[in-house]
Amino acid sequence: MIRTVAMRFGGLLRKESLQILRDPSSIAIAFVMPVFLLFIFGYGVSLDAKRVPLAIVVEQPNRDTQSFAGAFAQSQYFVPIHFRNVRQAEAAMKRRRVAGIVWMRANFSRELLAAGVAPIAVIVNGVDANNARIVEGYLQSVWANWLTSYARDRGAPITLPVQVEQRVWFNPAVRSRDYLVPGLIAVIMTLTGALLTAMVVAREWERGTMEALMVTPASIHEIMLSKLVPYFVLGMGGMALSVAMALWLFGVPLHGSLWVLMGASALFLMAALGMGLLVSTFARNQFVAGQVAIIVTFLPAFMLSGFIFDIRNMPAPIRTITYLVAARYFVAILQSVFLAGNVWSIFIPNAIALLLIAGFFLGLARMLARKRLD
Amino acid sequence: MSDSTEITTTAEPAIVLDSVSKSFVTGGRIVRALDNISARIRSGVVTGLIGPDAAGKTTLMRLIAGLLVPDAGRIVALGIDVAREPLRVQGALGYMPQRFGLYEDLTVQENLDLYADLHAVALVERPARYAELLKMTGLGPFTRRLAGRLSGGMKQKLGLACTLVGSPRLLLLDEPTVGVDPVSRRELWAIVYNLVENRGTSVLLSTAYLDEAERCADVLLMHEGRTLGQGAPGTFTRRVAGRSFRVFAPDVGKRALQKRLATAPGVTDAIIQGANVRIVTDKAAPPDPRELLADMPHAEITAVAPRFEDSFVSLLKAPGAAIAAAVAAAVPREAPARKAPGDGEMIVVRNLSRRFGDFYAVRDVSFSVRRGEVFGLLGANGAGKSTTFRMLCGLLPASEGTLRVAGEDLRHAAARARANIGYMAQKFSLYAELSVLRNLRFFAAAYGLRAARQRERIEWALSEFELKPFANARSADLPLGYKQRLALAAALMHEPEIIFLDEPTSGVDPLGRRDFWRRINALAESGVTVMVTTHFMEEAEYCDRLVIMAQGRILAEGTSEEMKARVRSAEIPDPSMEDAFVALIQNNLANGAQAA
Amino acid sequence: MWRRILALTIKELLAVLQDPKSRFVLVGPPIIQLLVFGYAASFDLKQVPFAVYNQDASQPSRDLVARFAGSPTFREVAAIHSDAEATALIDPGKVLMVLRIDPRFTRDLLSGRPGPVQIIVDGRNSNTALIVLGYASTIITDFSLGWIAEHGGQDPPALLDVRSWFNPNLDSRWFIVPGIVALLTQVVTLVLTALSVAREREAGTFDQLLVTPMSPLEIVIGKSLPGMLIGMMEASFIIAAAVLWFHIPLRGGLLPLFIGLGLFLLSMIGAGLMISSLSVTQQQALLGAFLFMVPSVILSGFATPIANMPPLIQDLTYVNPMRYFLIVVRGIFLEGSSARSLLPQLWPMAVIGVVTLAAAGYLFRRRLY
Repeated sequence: MIRTVAMRFGGLLRKESLQILRDPSSIAIAFVMPVFLLFIFGYGVSLDAKRVPLAIVVEQPNRDTQSFAGAFAQSQYFVPIHFRNVRQAEAAMKRRRVAGIVWMRANFSRELLAAGVAPIAVIVNGVDANNARIVEGYLQSVWANWLTSYARDRGAPITLPVQVEQRVWFNPAVRSRDYLVPGLIAVIMTLTGALLTAMVVAREWERGTMEALMVTPASIHEIMLSKLVPYFVLGMGGMALSVAMALWLFGVPLHGSLWVLMGASALFLMAALGMGLLVSTFARNQFVAGQVAIIVTFLPAFMLSGFIFDIRNMPAPIRTITYLVAARYFVAILQSVFLAGNVWSIFIPNAIALLLIAGFFLGLARMLARKRLD
Repeated sequence: MSDSTEITTTAEPAIVLDSVSKSFVTGGRIVRALDNISARIRSGVVTGLIGPDAAGKTTLMRLIAGLLVPDAGRIVALGIDVAREPLRVQGALGYMPQRFGLYEDLTVQENLDLYADLHAVALVERPARYAELLKMTGLGPFTRRLAGRLSGGMKQKLGLACTLVGSPRLLLLDEPTVGVDPVSRRELWAIVYNLVENRGTSVLLSTAYLDEAERCADVLLMHEGRTLGQGAPGTFTRRVAGRSFRVFAPDVGKRALQKRLATAPGVTDAIIQGANVRIVTDKAAPPDPRELLADMPHAEITAVAPRFEDSFVSLLKAPGAAIAAAVAAAVPREAPARKAPGDGEMIVVRNLSRRFGDFYAVRDVSFSVRRGEVFGLLGANGAGKSTTFRMLCGLLPASEGTLRVAGEDLRHAAARARANIGYMAQKFSLYAELSVLRNLRFFAAAYGLRAARQRERIEWALSEFELKPFANARSADLPLGYKQRLALAAALMHEPEIIFLDEPTSGVDPLGRRDFWRRINALAESGVTVMVTTHFMEEAEYCDRLVIMAQGRILAEGTSEEMKARVRSAEIPDPSMEDAFVALIQNNLANGAQAA
Repeated sequence: MWRRILALTIKELLAVLQDPKSRFVLVGPPIIQLLVFGYAASFDLKQVPFAVYNQDASQPSRDLVARFAGSPTFREVAAIHSDAEATALIDPGKVLMVLRIDPRFTRDLLSGRPGPVQIIVDGRNSNTALIVLGYASTIITDFSLGWIAEHGGQDPPALLDVRSWFNPNLDSRWFIVPGIVALLTQVVTLVLTALSVAREREAGTFDQLLVTPMSPLEIVIGKSLPGMLIGMMEASFIIAAAVLWFHIPLRGGLLPLFIGLGLFLLSMIGAGLMISSLSVTQQQALLGAFLFMVPSVILSGFATPIANMPPLIQDLTYVNPMRYFLIVVRGIFLEGSSARSLLPQLWPMAVIGVVTLAAAGYLFRRRLY
């Protein structure tokens, strides 16, 4: 009995593996797609403004204005472009040549002498609100640095009563790539796990091989398990490739242990495979399977996992929906393992959630799968 | 297996069907796929499950294999209740679904290994089993080839070998011969006979080819979810014994003769066969055939042996004369002879070739078709007939050679040539989600018909093809026969001079096929040139002339009579078109082998 | 010619509108995406949870904490008393920021020395971290200026008076929602047109169409018009939703907006038809559309600025029609741009549209086997 089961299962496994090896589309989704997506996102998506073109308008140049304008030239964040008057600068901003204007009026030094405070008008283009805010933050820090050096040069007391020391934990350089690339791994694994599995099972229906398989003594457990095992291996392969690219191509640090990363990935992959199998129990052609898998697994993993858009920023109803998205738990673990280390207080609750979701989807897929056509 | 079980299995029927019913819901409607079917399938013989498409054959097969559960009734296969113990039944039977269930990206050997594993065939038994199966199917030299690279006939044999790996006592084959050329069909039958004789396997084989009924020991005839009868094929043909005749009338054209005979009282069936017309007379009031032809002094009439199809058609027509009446009414009213039949050459093909990379799909093909001719293009799968066809319709540019269609060179005046042709594709290819009327309107406009003319032609199509009651129905929901009518109507909207038909009747039941050909004949009579490809050998008989293609070349050209005459011999005194086809292909292969 | 094109257009529209699956594609994703993007895709922070580690229990430090707690951006969730507690709160993500006030804070402040304050931010999401830092330093600067005003002292030599044009409150929804007009129009028209030829090829009706006397030009026009019509309707719906539901100001004219939309649709239809004529099955068409859309959205400036990308990739964005249309739609919504000032964005879309449509027409007859 055991021997016949082992023989059947072995045969199914071998068949599945041979098919993966010979089918270019499986390899493409498992290995080419991750590379493609990592390249596009790794290089294309960046929230770090660097070398922002900035209009500088100095109406009456003097020592103070020169030193302030000079502060921008030294900053790695800005490329100052000088304009004669503010009208020209505004025109340049409308043409999207510059992202902001720093305007030192003619009364700059006079007011500085008279009241001790000269206003510097700063105008930023607020169309891209996020970028504008980041640019504003950079401007503030350039200004604060300038104040310090101004005071030091004159030997005057420090000018602001509060001295702020900023510390960014886990990502001191504040590189957006370091949090986007780990998050992307969740999206990629959703593709291999759910999309590929759903399409592969649908393909068997489409080609009529599922029908032939069902009339053999192989049980539905064996058939389903023979799909899970090879695609689990394939998914872990895609994950390893993505991690390798993250570490060595994009230079993302890995502070946690590789084992924790592997464990979390394995759990998430089980959940993704479960979703894929579930989709395949009702979608019997690749077209429908692909569409459904993209809508119910890929898009949520993309939008609602906290991978780009912080879940904390979302309104309550949408935040509630995100609890149903397996990728959200995985993204939380990924961002911590890469940037913070083995944070058990993050890992354990999220891993339990993944385990529950995986169990739910696999169980449901098993319940709905019948060795029948109707 | 001990001897005792073998005795019991041969004693009791292989399958017992007890008032089995099954319905499906499609598009909001309930379709009764099987309606109270009861039958016993004998053990140790080949039983044919015969009927046109949508008769319920596949549903019945799947029910027996435990893939579906019947709504009512009971199925016992090999003494096991299928609904209760599907896994046990599945362990004992072999089932080959319609597309053979092969993994195309695995090799022949890997496919065999997979099915051997699934059926838990002991490793020690395998070498002998494989050797036997490979010998039987002739696949020995190809074990390392991917299944997807095999020809249709070889795939089918591999599919069979895979189902046989587990030594099943019962074999279910769902339309194993569909889409396979006659040569491969014959080889498959040889394997099946061999199994039955040497292993005592029980075989249930479904097919839409009525001529295959005669190869079965027992026949279960199905139509629209019901059984029309069961018995040895002889019992069916005996019922129509003495009612089949061949008529030859040199004075009248064969089409005019056929039309006249088809509507004559007391004639159940009349079809063109080469230069003759074959008729089946009515059972109740058999007319004296001589009286039918009283005004044709030179007409010859000969009694011929009945065929299975004769009995099928008479069975279908018998229950309600209504069907017969409907079919008779469907004969086109006297179509006006727009263009006098002449000798004008409507299609001229000279040294036509089509290359795909290094591979010649069509090589150096030449023929011509005259106005008003029905011209057939026959060949096995991959013989190059579809490629030739697509080039003629302007869907594919030729690599070499010249093509003139309706007097226009396809290379230079493709659009003008296209205005003169109608095209009906292999599968139903109109807009399924649009209504009948919308489809007609669209094609009328696409062919540039203006307001009044457009209305007139649509009106014509609706009445001529009896589509009025369906005018606002979604095309996808039409019965197959009506879909085919709609497709033909759309292709005829602009009254083309040439009509191209690509396997127009595949899947249509014999009555539908007759209805269709009556229309085509009427068109040909009115001077329209018809070019047709077909898998049905009997349809080749309807053609005035035909070519048979193999490996991209023309093997033979002429009338069906001429082709049959070539293979007439002492062993086959009265060869069928299929005999002629098989002989031609085999000769060609032999010549090819000699040359190599 | 026009009669035939009209017939094809009507047929295409009917085919799309009578098929429940295509109807869903037209209605479902737009509404879902509008809601998800409109609400979920936001970089704005509200109610950032933070912990206070106040080692200086005196009035000035309490005032500073009150400024944070009183701001709508921040929400105080814990008061802690050790560094270990800070770690314990930040690691599991319970707080995003810890405000640590040095024991010398009040003493230094009163004695004219700068009072040390430390802000610790969770950097796992670097964007959130940067924004939190920005908000925090604004609050602290305000506190400083307030302190100077009340207690006297040396004013800073210069102050930044920051204003932002076009979006004074820096509401990122103002940025995202007009972008959705471009995004959804792209998704719907691209999928629709990419499937249109592939669907016909799969059903065999494309052959039927090609044997009619219709020329490739007529087929291209007949297949483009429905996409244009449906795209216009979708876009109008989203524009209306942006104005009426999300209250995004529409400062420019509708005419330039629709001129831009028309050209964008032209380029999308061209791309869709090209994908469609290259693919044999609907599945390939869908995959092709997906492979086009992902880079096209990412490299368009929809979510992240093109200026932040490496130079080589920035050059690549010039062939991306969405890049141009995003500038058009945001320009007209927020900046009130005129058609003339958008001319540099308009002509590239027209060029892309004409090139892709011509290629699609050429490929119709070539790619048949």
